[in-house]
Amino acid sequence: MSEEHYLELCDNPVQFENASSVNNVFFDEANKQVFAVRSGGATGVVVKGPDDKNSIAFRMDDKGEVKCIKFSFGNKILAVQRTSKSVEFINFIPDMPTMEYSQECKTKNASVLGFCWTSWNEIVFITDQGIEFYQVIPDKRSLKLQKNQSINVNWYMYCPETSVILLSTTVQGNVLQPFVFRNGTMSKMSKFEIELPAVPKPAKLSLSERDIAVATIYGQLYVMYLKHHSRTVNSPGAEVVLYHLTREGACKKTHVLKLNTTGKFALNVVDNLVVVHHQSSQTSIIFDIKVKDPDSTLNVHQPVLPARSIHPYKIPLRGPTAVGSQTPVPCELYSSTWSVFQPDIIISASEGYLWYLQVKLQPAVILLKDKGKLMDFLLRRRDCKMVILSVCSQMLIGGERGSLPVIATVFDKLNQVYKEYLEAEQSYTMAVESGQSRGNPSLKRPVRTQAVIDQSDMYTHVLSIFTEKKDVSHKFIIAVLMEYIRSLNLFQITVQHYLYELVIKTLVHHNLFYMLHQFLQYHVLSDSKPLACLLLSLESTYPPAHQLSLDMLKRLSTANDEIVEVLLSKHQVLGALRFIRSVGGHDNVSARKFLDAARQAGDEMLFYTIFRFFEQRNQRLRGSPNFTPGEHCEEHVAYFKQVFGEQALMKPATL
Amino acid sequence: MICNLKSTARFAYVIRGGRETRHARADYHKEAVQRKITLMLMISPRMATAIQEKQYAPTLLNFFVYNPKFGPREGEEEKKILFYHPNEVEKNEKIRNVGLCEAIVQFTRTFCPTKPAKSLHTQKNRQFFFEPEENFWMVMVVRNPMTEKTNREGKPTVEYHEEEIIDTVYGAVLQQCYNMYKLFNGTFSRAMEAGGVELLKQKLETFFYRYLQTLHLQSCDLLDVFGGISFFPLDKMTYLKIQSFVNQVEENHSLIKYTAFLYNDQLIWSGLEQDDMRILYKYLTTSLFPRHLEPELAGRDSPMRPEMAGNLLHYGRFLTGPPNLKDPEAKFRFPKIFVTAEDGYEELHLIVYKAMSAAVCFMISASVELTREFCEQLDSLVGPQLTLLASDICEQYNVNRRISGPEKEPQFKFIYFNHMNLAEKSTIHMRKTASVSLTSVHPDLMKILGDINCDFSRVDEDEEIIVKAMTDYWVVGKKSDQRELYVILNQKNANLIEVNEEVKRLCATQFNNIFFLD
Repeated sequence: MSEEHYLELCDNPVQFENASSVNNVFFDEANKQVFAVRSGGATGVVVKGPDDKNSIAFRMDDKGEVKCIKFSFGNKILAVQRTSKSVEFINFIPDMPTMEYSQECKTKNASVLGFCWTSWNEIVFITDQGIEFYQVIPDKRSLKLQKNQSINVNWYMYCPETSVILLSTTVQGNVLQPFVFRNGTMSKMSKFEIELPAVPKPAKLSLSERDIAVATIYGQLYVMYLKHHSRTVNSPGAEVVLYHLTREGACKKTHVLKLNTTGKFALNVVDNLVVVHHQSSQTSIIFDIKVKDPDSTLNVHQPVLPARSIHPYKIPLRGPTAVGSQTPVPCELYSSTWSVFQPDIIISASEGYLWYLQVKLQPAVILLKDKGKLMDFLLRRRDCKMVILSVCSQMLIGGERGSLPVIATVFDKLNQVYKEYLEAEQSYTMAVESGQSRGNPSLKRPVRTQAVIDQSDMYTHVLSIFTEKKDVSHKFIIAVLMEYIRSLNLFQITVQHYLYELVIKTLVHHNLFYMLHQFLQYHVLSDSKPLACLLLSLESTYPPAHQLSLDMLKRLSTANDEIVEVLLSKHQVLGALRFIRSVGGHDNVSARKFLDAARQAGDEMLFYTIFRFFEQRNQRLRGSPNFTPGEHCEEHVAYFKQVFGEQALMKPATL
Repeated sequence: MICNLKSTARFAYVIRGGRETRHARADYHKEAVQRKITLMLMISPRMATAIQEKQYAPTLLNFFVYNPKFGPREGEEEKKILFYHPNEVEKNEKIRNVGLCEAIVQFTRTFCPTKPAKSLHTQKNRQFFFEPEENFWMVMVVRNPMTEKTNREGKPTVEYHEEEIIDTVYGAVLQQCYNMYKLFNGTFSRAMEAGGVELLKQKLETFFYRYLQTLHLQSCDLLDVFGGISFFPLDKMTYLKIQSFVNQVEENHSLIKYTAFLYNDQLIWSGLEQDDMRILYKYLTTSLFPRHLEPELAGRDSPMRPEMAGNLLHYGRFLTGPPNLKDPEAKFRFPKIFVTAEDGYEELHLIVYKAMSAAVCFMISASVELTREFCEQLDSLVGPQLTLLASDICEQYNVNRRISGPEKEPQFKFIYFNHMNLAEKSTIHMRKTASVSLTSVHPDLMKILGDINCDFSRVDEDEEIIVKAMTDYWVVGKKSDQRELYVILNQKNANLIEVNEEVKRLCATQFNNIFFLD
């Protein structure tokens, strides 16, 4: 059972002093920093970030209860909100004035709901009557209003990755108005309405910020709406409705995630998966919005895997006794004191922990029986490579061996991704070569994700090991190799030579030469010089390999020298000469090589013929039949004279 | 009435490398690197005479199998005879004929103990001897083709054309007879072990009684010598799909030991070894497929009535075994074949299943009982997939044809054969049917091809022979390594150089992907 927990809390959580009556804890989603503010800052503020081990600690004057506290990007400027009217600033830039300065909201009678940093020196105030966009000028200890917009706001939500602020407007609160901040500008996106399960009468605020989350999934921005089960509508349970937010155009309702239950939920997004935590059952489920349900045009999704709880987690005992190696105690999961932040953060303020939620892929291998669906799922995950390769291995070896159609499906899925990467890489290279890259910042080298499983991965981790197995039938081995080659061909991926070598090795090992012959006949094993040489080496056990090899060298059309070598080694000296002449290379070949071969053949007439041919060549090229010293043919000239007599040497042609 | 075109003279110019005498050396080098060419001229045909003539093709006179060890003593000669065709022949004549053969074989053995006589030429007929297994002799007697003329007095005279029969062709036909017997019955000695002479006799009788009727000696030619396999040209991807299909079926039905895949009567894949496939291919293409083609053409047993299996429409059906799966009462059996295995031979059921132009042979150990359920399972698994594959292949084939274009279709008549993979290709032969193989050229040209082949088989080295035949025909034979190519050209007033150029062009277009020395 324990290997079925597919969600876990990270091993190295951010620890901070737990919230108490004297210690207030704040979390900044933009910088992922936890602020522990003791006694309004007078006895210290400790800031802990996600990866910077060195936390920042400072003191500030206690000027009242802190409502909100956040650093700008790069920890340059600290903003603190203590009242509903103004926000105070403290510079953290060296050699800058450190005295606090304050900014009141511009709108009269408005109260500040909160603020968000959008760059190191740009900040947005959200008030109940609109938003105000400021630039902070730290050396002057003042702010400059860039832009503001009046709008009635119930609550707001900020997505730091995309710099989008979402405002809840109207009485029911279900009309959402997004703004995007980029390069010092603020732009309004088209507003959209969340469909409420029931419209209350009289109208009142019906959409809570607790039920809305904003996150990027597969590079696209989505607003997730937790739509609770409504008694009036006959639906089996709550749903998460996803609205796709685009820069241009209207926001569209695109996906519905079926939770099939009711109760209290929380949302996270991990590795492009939507995680829904269910508090009463203490379990979580995950959804992959790329899983297509072929039966419905509406994107209605069911959980990818059955509901499981987060993997049990142990924390060391806290308190004065916690010294040295205390036995850790189980941490209460799905605690009511947990706060969940996007995309993947869970904070237990009462225990002083911040965790990142993680997805483990290995349990999916057990829980998802359909190998095709499993592959689809894995290929979209970040750290998938080794898991995919282990799935491939399991599929070929061991008790749960897959059938060939399943193996074929898996290979096709892998190679689809592989091909897409190769194509992207190719078009990038072409663009760079053609010089389009200059002045085109959008052109980026394609990122090779872990899902790109290439031939060498398959060879090293799966196929070469698999073919070595003694207890697997060779029939199955060959079928699998052919299936992989078929799949590569299907996607027009050039098959690497070592795969062919593996096929040939397996076939030769089991004396299946006729099968090999047929594969070569249909060019299933593509031509290459190494392959031709491999075939040549098989000639002693399988004579037709000689012919196959020569044919291959001929088709390559770049291997004429090799063909000559092969023919000479077979003492087919005339054939070699005729061949090299037919391709027009006879003026450049070494005479000595041919004469050597002719001598070895032990046929005087053959030697005579070859000798005379080169004499004629000398005559034609240099006007004299004699060999030059550089050709090193003295030995052969002597032999010729000895056998046929001096007078048989060709006389220089006289004009 | 066909005018008898016949060579009256044959001249051979031989220009051969390495075998020339010394005095020719001075000019020798010019040609030596050129090529070994043998040029032959066949001078114009004799004019057809006005006299009425009647032509007779070669026919089978006798066919017998004997073993001299079975009746060594006088008076027991009949025991030697295991099979005799025609059976009606009087006993003493049978004994005489067998005795004669035995004597000839014994006599010629004194000259060459390892290679006894293969054939005996007489004016009226020719006898072929073959010893497939020790002491088992098969003899085929063929009557020479002849012309019957009525002379001015009205008296018929017969002229035999002994030279028109080529030893290698009919020798190969005789060997094929044995191989075909062996395919369906195993070796002679196997029958002897299983049931003695009586069983062997019975098997020979059953098999050859029918088989000899299908021998069409008049249409035997060079292709019988090769006994080659025609391969279906196919792109790599479709070929891999077929591989995938075969592997999946074999995985699903682990009973299947071997699979062969054919399309349009041409081989695409064989899991059997080459020699077994060669004879099985012969059986499929000359006997089984044509037999099923005829009812198809006649509209009976129409494959156009698709079988419904689930939602999938398919055109699959069994060519051997159950003719109709719907009839639960119908009895069926699959033919059994014998193929070579590591320890001698193995006996297999031969299941041939066809959908449209694609045919698959599944071979399953004969010790397994094949039930109707098995057939149904196989049908539902293979039928839909094979139907799909068949249409894929057809489509791909048409695409390739369109790409290569009709102008690439050979204008030449040629026969190609590769000894290494037994691949043969002929643009001379029309589609074979059960009854006759049709050629599109005159029999005399076919005979020249046979002659050239004989010449080739005598030498190991690469060679080329060009023959000027009657009218405007030229016949060119090339041998390179293990490959043989025969081209028939018909060009008005062509000379040797032009013919040579033409053949070069053919090689460049048709055989550019193989190493073929020119």
